Amino acid sequence: MNLHLSHFSAALLFAVFASVVFGITQRNNTRDMVRYGLYCFAMFAGGVILAGWVMWVLRR
Amino acid sequence: MPNPPTSKSFNETQRPATETETMMSVVAPAVGWLVPGAGHLIQKRWIRGVLLLASIFSMFLLGLAMQGRVYKPNGGDILDILGFIGDVGAGGLYMVARIAGWGEGAIAHATADYGTKFIIVAGLLNFIAVADAYHIAIGKKP
Repeated sequence: MNLHLSHFSAALLFAVFASVVFGITQRNNTRDMVRYGLYCFAMFAGGVILAGWVMWVLRR
Repeated sequence: MPNPPTSKSFNETQRPATETETMMSVVAPAVGWLVPGAGHLIQKRWIRGVLLLASIFSMFLLGLAMQGRVYKPNGGDILDILGFIGDVGAGGLYMVARIAGWGEGAIAHATADYGTKFIIVAGLLNFIAVADAYHIAIGKKP
C-alpha cells in the first residue's frame, strides 16, 4: 500500500490524532478534555494555515 | 505539640497504597506501552482507551502506508538515535513492524518523509499515554 497525501491533509490528520491524545492526557474531566482537544486542533490547523501565508508573503 | 492526624486526613492524604494499586502502577504503563491505549482499558477507562488506541494505531499505520521509515537501534547520527527513541514508544507496533520488515525502504518522495514523522510521533504520543495510565493507577488522575 502506498498512500500519497498532500502536505495539508497530512498536517490535518496529524492534528486530529495529536489533539485526541493531548485532550485525553492533559485534562482531568470529560468536558475539559473535549475543550482542550478542540483547542489543540484549532491551534495545529490555524498554525499550518498561518505558516502557509507567512511563507507565501516571504516568497514574494 | 502538633495535633495527631485525624482519621479523615489519614484516609485522604496518607492512605498507604493497596497491593492492587501498587501492582497496577507497574502493569498499566507496561501494558499501555506494549499495546497503545491498553493501560487505560485495563483500568476500565473504556472510552479514553479506545480513543488512544485508535489514534496511535491510525497514526502509526498511516505512517507505514506512506512508506515512512522505521528506525533501527543505532549509535550514529543524533537525529537517527532520537528517531529510534520515538519509534520505540509505540511498543508492540514497533516490534511487529521490525519483525515484518516494514518501513525499511529508502525514502523516495516527500510523503514518505511525512510517514516517518507520523511513526515517530505515534511513539511519542504513546509515551504520554503511558504516563497518563500511570497517573490513573496511582490515583493522581480520575
